Order: sequence, then C-alpha cells, then structure tokens
Amino acid sequence: MGIALKKRVAAPQLPSRPAYGDNQTGTHLPPRAGSLNGVIVPEQPGKNAIEVRGVRKVFGTGENQVAALDTVSVSIRENEFFTLLGPSGCGKTTLLRLIAGFDFPSAGEIMLHGQDIAPLPPFKRPVNTVFQSYALFPHMTVAQNIGFGLEMLGKPKGEIEARVAQMLKLVKMEALKARRTSQISGGQQQRVALARALAPQPKVLLLDEPLSALDYKLRKEMQIELKRLQHETGITFIFVTHDQEEALTMSDRIAVMSAGKILQVGTPRDIYDRPAERFVADFIGETNFLAGTVVSKKPGVATVKFDSNATVAAGYPEGFDPTGEVTLVVRPEHADLVPDPAKGTIAGTLSNIVYFGTDTHYHVRLDGGENFIVRHQNSRSSPVTYETGAEVGIQFEEGAARVLKD
Amino acid sequence: MTTATLSPTMPSKAALFEAQAVKAGARRNRLLSLPALLIIGIFGVLPLLIICVYSFLAAAPYGGVQWRFSTDAYLNFLFQRDIFDDTLQFTPDFLIIYLRSFLFAVVTTIICLLLGFPTAYFMATRPPAQRNWWVLLITIPFWSNLLVRTLAIMFIIRDEGLINNALLGLGVIDKPITMLYTNFAIQLGLLYAFLPFMVLPLYSSLEKLDFRLIEAAYDLYATRRQVLWRVIIPLSKPGIIAGCLLVFIPALGAYVTPLILGGGVHLMIGDLIAQQFGSGRNWPLGCAQALILMAAVLVALFFYVRNTSGKVQHG
Ligand SMILES: Nc1ncnc2c1ncn2[C@@H]1O[C@H](COP(=O)(O)OP(=O)(O)OP(=O)(O)O)[C@@H](O)[C@H]1O
Ligand SMILES: [Mg+2]
Repeated sequence: MGIALKKRVAAPQLPSRPAYGDNQTGTHLPPRAGSLNGVIVPEQPGKNAIEVRGVRKVFGTGENQVAALDTVSVSIRENEFFTLLGPSGCGKTTLLRLIAGFDFPSAGEIMLHGQDIAPLPPFKRPVNTVFQSYALFPHMTVAQNIGFGLEMLGKPKGEIEARVAQMLKLVKMEALKARRTSQISGGQQQRVALARALAPQPKVLLLDEPLSALDYKLRKEMQIELKRLQHETGITFIFVTHDQEEALTMSDRIAVMSAGKILQVGTPRDIYDRPAERFVADFIGETNFLAGTVVSKKPGVATVKFDSNATVAAGYPEGFDPTGEVTLVVRPEHADLVPDPAKGTIAGTLSNIVYFGTDTHYHVRLDGGENFIVRHQNSRSSPVTYETGAEVGIQFEEGAARVLKD
Repeated sequence: MTTATLSPTMPSKAALFEAQAVKAGARRNRLLSLPALLIIGIFGVLPLLIICVYSFLAAAPYGGVQWRFSTDAYLNFLFQRDIFDDTLQFTPDFLIIYLRSFLFAVVTTIICLLLGFPTAYFMATRPPAQRNWWVLLITIPFWSNLLVRTLAIMFIIRDEGLINNALLGLGVIDKPITMLYTNFAIQLGLLYAFLPFMVLPLYSSLEKLDFRLIEAAYDLYATRRQVLWRVIIPLSKPGIIAGCLLVFIPALGAYVTPLILGGGVHLMIGDLIAQQFGSGRNWPLGCAQALILMAAVLVALFFYVRNTSGKVQHG
C-alpha cells in the first residue's frame, strides 16, 4: 500500500495534562509561544505536529480572485486540542483542506512533524478528516463506512471488526450499524463521520464543525467524549467551530480567524482575558469598549486617561506600542458597581437591570455617553440593591482593562 | 390524525373523506394514464400478439401466412426437413448466427463501456458551463441518419478508402488491407453506432456523483484504483446498467450496420429475420426467430440484473 504510517507510540500519559474542563486556568501548558499577529515562534522545535508557514490560498482568477487564506502562519503542537474559531467564510475549511491535501497552497508550506507534506497525496498523509458535509458513502452501511479506512490500510479482518465495534460503541451507533447512511438522521450521520475518521487512528484529526448538527445534550456528551478521546489517544485535534463556548471549553489553544487571517493564537484564557484586537474581543463573549488616551507607560502596562480625567492601568499586547487615542476592553464580569459614583473608576446612570438567575446584568450609561455592562454574580446576600436611574460608579478589577491593538 | 382528539365522531368522517379523496385520485390517475396505455396497447402489445400468432401458422408459398396451425417455424429454427424422406436433420446455421450476434453485442457492450466510462468521467469533471458543450458533441452523430454514417464508414475502410490510401501513400503497406465486409467492419460499425448510448447514461450518473465522497475516500487512504472500484463504480452503477442495456439490446438486433459493412455475408440476427420477410418468404419463421431473440434477451437480462443488484448490496 505504501502508506508511510509510522507505528504509533502510545500517548505518554503526562501527569501534568489537565482533565477535561480545568484547562481554563490557563496555567497547565508549557510556556506559551510568543504570539504576534498569528505568527508563532515555535519554542520547542520538532515538537510541532503541524506547522503552517506563510500559507496563502487564492481562489479564482482575475477580478473574481478571493484570498481565502491570507498569509497564515501557525504551529500546532503534538497532542494538542487546537481550535480554529471564526465567523462563516473566514477560511477555516480552506485551511483544513490544505492540511488534508485536497487543495494546494498558492504560496507557503505546510510541515507535518517537521516534514514538508506538499508532495504527499491525501491518501499518504496520516491525517483524517471529519467533513463539514459528512461525506459518508451512501452505498455502504454504517459499519462499512467506519471500517473503510482500516480496510484501505490493509488491516486484517478481525482487527477491523473489533475496531469498528469499538467505534460504534463510542458514538452510540451500535443499533444502527447495518443501516445505509442515507437511512439515518443528520446527527447520526455526523457521529458516523466522526467514528469513520477516528477508526484508523490518524496522527492528526481534522474536525470541521463535527458537532454542529447535534442537539444540546448529545453535543455536550460528545464534547466530553471527544476531549477524553483526544487525551487518551494522543491524537492531535484540529477542531473547527464557530461556537465560542465550545472553543473555550474544549481547546488547549485557540486561533481566532477573520477574513482569511489568524488574528490571535492563545489559550482560551489568553483569548478571553487578553484579546489583542477588537474583533477577537467582540467575537468571544460580551465586551465593553472604552475610548481613552495613553498618558504614560511602563513595560506591559499603560496608564490610560478617560474624558472624565479618571485614569486606569491597562495591560497591552506584546510587541505593541500603545500611543495616543486607544480602545480599552473590559469584560462585564471584571467590573463591579459601587453605590458612590465618586468611588468608581468611571461613573454613569443605571439604565437597565436584567436578571438572569445566576447573575444580573447592569446596563450603565456612562457620563461620556457610552454604554457599559456590568455582570454581577447573584448570591443570597447581595449587600446592595440598585434601582434603575441611580447614579453609580464602576470599579475595575485589577488588570481588567486591556489596550487593544486597533 | 389530530382530529381524533377533538370529537369522537370526527375520525370516521375524516376517514370517509380521505377514502373518497383517494378513490377520486385513483380514478383521475387512471384517466390520465389512458393515452399511454392505448399507445402501449396498439403499438406494443398488439404487434407482439400478431407475431406470436403468425409464428404458429404455416408459411404461404409467396410470403404471408396460411391460417393453419403449425410448429414448423420453431422446428425450422434448429432442424431442416429433408425434401426426400421427410426426416428432421439438425442444422445449427441459425443458432450460429444467434451466437455470433450475441458475441458481437457482448464485445460491443464491453468495448463501449471501456471507452465510454473515461469519456463520461472526463465530461462530468469539466466545469459545469463546459459540460453541455461536451454533451452536444456526443450527440452530434444523431443529427444524421445511421445509414449515411454507416456508408461513410464504408468509404473510410474500403480497399480504396481513406485508411488504405493513406497507408499506401505513406508506404506502410504495399497492398490494401481488407477491412470492409469482415467481422472487423461489423464490430467497428456497431461500436461507432452505439458508443453515445453508453456515454450519455454514464455521464448523467457521474455528473450527479458527489465528488466530496472521492475526497473522503482519498482521506481514508484509498489509492486512485481503490477509489475507482470502491466508490466511483458502485455509485455510478445505475448509469453502467442503463448504458449496458441501451447498447447490448439494440446491438443484438442491429440491422443496417451488419447489412452494409458485412456485405450480406456476415449476417446478424436482424438481417436474418428481415430475410425471412423478404427473399426467404417465410413469415412464420421470421416471427419465431424474433420471439426466440426476445426470450433470449429477457433471460439474459434477468441474470444480468440479478447479478449486478446483488453485487451492489454486498459491495
Ligand atoms: N472552491 C472555491 N472557489 C472559490 N471560492 C472559495 C472556494 N472555497 C472557498 N472559497 C471562499 O473562500 C472563503 C473561505 O471559505 P471556507 O470554506 O474556508 O470558510 P469557512 O471558514 O469554513 O466557513 P464556514 O464556517 O461557513 O464553513 C469564502 O469566502 C469562500 O467563499
Ligand atoms: Mg467551513
């Protein structure tokens, strides 16, 4: 068959690897690579599963030309759960197709474990894909679909059967294994697509929105299952989603994409707490933007003055030099209300109070005219109750304010 | 039936309405299909019945039939009655022509499939705007009469034809290669006449093929050959079956091509049957031969479809 699938080494069970769900602390990973405009300097050469170097992909010719990927560089580490997050049409699928080998980059190169994979056709790349459109074989049963990859690799029959049974169990499709794929629901098809891609145990698994068709409960289950699986098998996952919550809860690192560019790469906490650009801050979670002027700066921290003459210390992205007029970002839960307007960093009038059960959102119209949302977690003994129309102050937590690049 | 929950009398009423509607619908459907049934009856079933009846009658000396029951036509298919002692002698002449025709038809079908599949695949993988032009090109031969096209082949392959003149001119050969009035000529003519009937159904099923499935197969380590056998061919099976039937059946009954290119020496079933109504002046024999051909095709079809549909399920 001539497929250069190296013998898989059992995934090292690193004791430091986090269990599912506690990756949000952002402290478990080795020192982060410097991320500057999506260009990652690999700090551990040779440990990268995939390296994308200056890849461009242009579709069409002449006037119809579209740059689906505009000079993207990113490194994905071995055993990493790496997520590409971005709005529709930003080039996520295009990047996956280049890695899988269905399309070729217009410029740049892609390395798999330090080796340029440009000359390898898709069937020689130890990479499997869960397609956004599932792409199940309609003339085969569920079980035949799942076993297809192993069969093509020339695995013995017994091994194929055992592995297919295992996969069927994993995706809870045992009862439907003899069905044609045209006779099962969309969510079931998605699960079969997942099982089919996992069965040959690739080194790198590309998942193009693999959970989008599932209902909430099954989706949550599959998220945990996927995370567990990735942890156990040590397969590198490149996961595409435009669901920010899914990205935040599952990923080791996230790349936020927009219009063919990678804007920022980092751990979920990095991306959420320290967004570098307005798009990133806006795309993930709720955010407050404030205008201000830089008055002084030390390495990593700038002092920003508002129109109200109040000042705040704000961090800024690495390699960026904030000067003059800047935009600050403050997450709603990183600020709190104080009854005395004079005591807050900024002040305003409470225009709306929205109760969400677990927390309450206070909409404040700032004296400068902007809107600001404060999220307060509810507890039985909330010391103060606020009324709409009240004059309030807003206090920022330590390090809550960040300067954005644009 | 959500009405069931509203009142106890509703379901029966609703069911009644429904039953009436179904009946009315069925009546309307029958009325609409009447013209089609009439045409099938008049132009399909009736001639077949006539052929059936004629095949069991005796031949009149100058053509036509005598209204007298006789199985001579069927006996004549395999035996010849000795003029002197009236005994039956086995003569496989007709049988040989039948087998020859089958062979021609099978070879035509196979070669058409081998040539047609890549052609159709090529067409189906062109950009959508280009595809219609390719279809047009394939159908251009239909714009002129088969007889004319067959005569054209004759001019190309005869001893003083295009090919021989060219080869002679180039000095490749020093006396013309005889191609006309040979089995080769018939085979060539059949291939030429029926290739479009293979390409078009193949194209229509390959065009519908979801090429993302091919990517998925490549992704799962299938080589090009495996993709062809495990994905493309199984998924274009309807086109392959349709194409094979559309080539095999008419090729088996081909008349013009063997008549012209075979020079009346190398007969096929079509010519044999036509002869019985012409110079042979044995209408019942012609009818019997036609029916035997039909029976043979039906049997072949039965096994073909059974085999191929079985393979789809296990593949
Ligand atoms: N074959 C193609 N020909 C022309 N343009 C294409 C082609 N494939 C993708 N594009 C364009 O490239 C851009 C990126 O597409 P891509 O499919 O990568 O988006 P995506 O991020 O996966 O979006 P979604 O979340 O909707 O799946 C889009 O503007 C799209 O229109
Ligand atoms: Mg996509």
